Amino acid sequence: MSQTSSSVEVLDTGTRWQPQDGLLLEVEDLRVEFRTRYGVAKAINGVSFDLRQGETLAILGESGSGKSVTAQAIMGILDSPPAFITGGEIRYCGSNILALPEEQRREIRGPEISMVFQDALSSLNPVFPVGWQIAEMFRKHLGMNRRDSLERAVGLMERVQIPAARQRVKAFPHQFSGGMRQRIMIAMSIALDPAVLIADEPTTALDVTVQAQIMRLLAELQDERQMGLILITHDLGVVADVADRIAVMYAGRVVEQADVHDLYRNPAHPYTKGLLDSIPRLDQKGETLDAIGGLPPNLTNIPPGCPFNPRCHYAQDICRIDPPPPLREIARHRLSACHFSELLLAHSPELAVTRTAEEVEAYLEFGPEYPVTAGELDHNQDIERGGDLQ
Amino acid sequence: MSREVVLKAENLVKHYPIKAGVLRRTVGHVKAVDGVSFELYKGETLGIVGESGCGKSTLGRMLIRLEEPTAGKLTFDGVDVYSQKGAEMRQLRRDIQIVFQDPYTSLNPRKTVGDIVGEPFDIHTDVVPKRGRRQRVQELLELVGLNPEHINRYPHQFSGGQRQRIGIARGVALNPKVIICDEPVSALDVSVQAQVVNLLKDLQDRLGLAYVFIAHDLSVVRHISDRVGVMYLGKIVEIGDEDQIYGRPTHPYTQALLSAVPVPDPTLRDVREQIVLTGDVPSPANPPSGCRFHTRCWMAQEICSVDEPLLVGRPDGESEHDSACHFAEPRVIVA
Repeated sequence: MSQTSSSVEVLDTGTRWQPQDGLLLEVEDLRVEFRTRYGVAKAINGVSFDLRQGETLAILGESGSGKSVTAQAIMGILDSPPAFITGGEIRYCGSNILALPEEQRREIRGPEISMVFQDALSSLNPVFPVGWQIAEMFRKHLGMNRRDSLERAVGLMERVQIPAARQRVKAFPHQFSGGMRQRIMIAMSIALDPAVLIADEPTTALDVTVQAQIMRLLAELQDERQMGLILITHDLGVVADVADRIAVMYAGRVVEQADVHDLYRNPAHPYTKGLLDSIPRLDQKGETLDAIGGLPPNLTNIPPGCPFNPRCHYAQDICRIDPPPPLREIARHRLSACHFSELLLAHSPELAVTRTAEEVEAYLEFGPEYPVTAGELDHNQDIERGGDLQ
Repeated sequence: MSREVVLKAENLVKHYPIKAGVLRRTVGHVKAVDGVSFELYKGETLGIVGESGCGKSTLGRMLIRLEEPTAGKLTFDGVDVYSQKGAEMRQLRRDIQIVFQDPYTSLNPRKTVGDIVGEPFDIHTDVVPKRGRRQRVQELLELVGLNPEHINRYPHQFSGGQRQRIGIARGVALNPKVIICDEPVSALDVSVQAQVVNLLKDLQDRLGLAYVFIAHDLSVVRHISDRVGVMYLGKIVEIGDEDQIYGRPTHPYTQALLSAVPVPDPTLRDVREQIVLTGDVPSPANPPSGCRFHTRCWMAQEICSVDEPLLVGRPDGESEHDSACHFAEPRVIVA
C-alpha cells in the first residue's frame, strides 16, 4: 500500500481531517457502472455536488435513479464486482478518498463519514446484543476495553432516547420495535462523532408517527454536532420538512439542484415539476393527479439525449440529441440540466407542451401507431413512425 | 351520490390464537380486528387508514372472506356473507374482489397475463363464453391501459406499475360491485403511484365501483376517498367524510397521525404544528384497558383507562361525525 504514500503521511501525523471553509465533501463527475450478465448498467453518469458543515442536502429520486449507489460510493461500500467506479472524484476535506487504499478508507468510514441504512433489522447483527454492536465502534476505532465501551454505548442509547437504556443494552435487535432499531442504527452511526452523516431512506420502513420521531432526532443531532447531513429519500414531504438544499436525481444524473424553497416554489426541470404535480397532498383534495407518464429508463439502455425526454411534456428534437443537456447554472444558486429551464422558470408561453401524460403513456405502451384515445388525436396529428411524437 | 348501502360490516372481530409450549396450548389472542362496523355506499370510496399492526389488512381479508370472522356480521346487498355456502358463496365472490399490495408476489410467475386475468372465467364459466374469453381479457387489458398484444407475456416482463394494472384487470374481470384495495400503490414509485391512482378513479367512474381503499398513506387516501375511517389497534377510532376527518378531526390519534405526515411545502416547515407521539403502538395481544390510545394520548385522564369511549357522533364544530374519544374536540391540523 505504498503507492499513495502522500496521503498516508497526512494520517500518520495524526492530523484530523479539517474542512476548508466549511466545505466537507465534494463529489465531482462521479461515474459508476454495474457489469452484469445482462449488460452494463450505467447507474451513475456524472454526478456532482458538495456538502458543507451543518448543512442538510437531500438527494431525491425514484428507485433506480442512483441515489443509494451515490451514497455507497461515498462510503466505499460498493460491491466490486459488479460495481465499478469508472470516473470522477470524491473529495473529503480536499483529498480524493477514491485514491486511498482500503485501510485508510476504513479510518474515514465511521469516524469521519458515517451512514444510517433504511432497513435496521437487516443492518444489525441478529446474534449480538445491540449494546455490544454499538460498543464495537469504540473497541475497533478507539481501542477501548469492553467495560468502558459498553458504558459509552449506554450513554449513546440514552442520547437517542431509548427508554431504559441501561437495562436494554444487552437485548438483541429482534427485541426492539422498528423505530427503536432505527434509533440504535443512528446511535452507531454517530458513535465516533462523524463530520458527515448519510441517511439512506432512514424512515421509509417506519410508520408515519415514528417517522416524525426519527426525523426530529436526526435534526437535533445534526444541530448539536454541526454535521453535514445527506438525506437520501423519495419522499417529497420529508425533504420539504428538513432539507436546506436538494439534488434531484434521474437515471444516474443530477437533473436539478436548488435551495429547498426555490425548488418547491418554482421547479426548473420538467421532471421535478412532474414529481411535484404528481403527488397527492394531505392539505388538498384534488381531482386528477398530473401523473408523469411512462417509467424511468432501464439503466442498461438509457435513451440518447436527455434521459427524461421520452416522458417529458416539453420534449423537442434537441432533447433527443446527444450529449444530454449539462447541469448548468440557470439562476443564482440554481442548477438545472434542461435546455428549457429558463422558459420553465419564467412560465413562458413559448415553452410548448408537446404532449400530455396520457399521450406519453399510450405511446410508450402501444408504440407510435396506436391512437392515443379516440378524439384526442386532433391535438396530436403528426405522430410519426420511428419514435417522434411532437 | 346515491346512499344505497352495498356492504355493511357489523361488529367484525378477528382474534388469532397464540399457541405456546409443547402442547401448543392457547395462551392468548392477538386481537387483530376487534369490533369494526361501517357501511359502504354504492359507487363511493371508503378509505381505511392506520399504522402497521392496526388490523386494516386483516379487515380487508375478512371483507372478501379470505378470513373467517371470530364474530360479527357482514352483509352484501342484504345477503349475509358469512352464512353462504358453495355455489351461493361463489356467486357472491363475483361481486366483491380484491387488489393486493404487492404486485410482485400476488401474480403467479408461471402464468401468462392472459391466464392470470382470465382465471376468474375458469371458475365463473358463465360470465363469458369460452370462445370470447381471449377477447374479453384483451378488452380488460386495454381498459387498464396495457397493450392487449402483451397477453402472452409473463409478469416478470412488466414493471411494478404495470403489474399492479394486471392485478386491477383481474379484479374487475367479473364486473364486481365492490373492490377491496389493500395498499394498492404503496409498493410503487411516486411517479407511477399517480398513474395507478388515476386509473382506479377512472375505473370507478366508468364501472360504478365501490372501493374500500386500505392504505397507510394519508395523502393518497384523502385524494381518493369520499369517506375515511381511522383504525388503531383493531378498532375504528374515527370515521367520517373526507373533509370531516382531514379538516376537523376530533380524535387525538387522528390529529397526531395527520400532524406527523410531512407536507411537500417547505414554507410550512415551522408553521405547522406537529404532535409527536411518544412510544410505539402497544401489542394487539394485550391492548390497553379503556380507550386503547390512552397510553400515548396527551389528553388522557383517569376515565380513559377505565371506560372505553364509544364510536358515536360527536360535534366537530360544523356538524358531527363518529369519534371514539371522551374528550373529542375538533382541531385544525391541515389547512
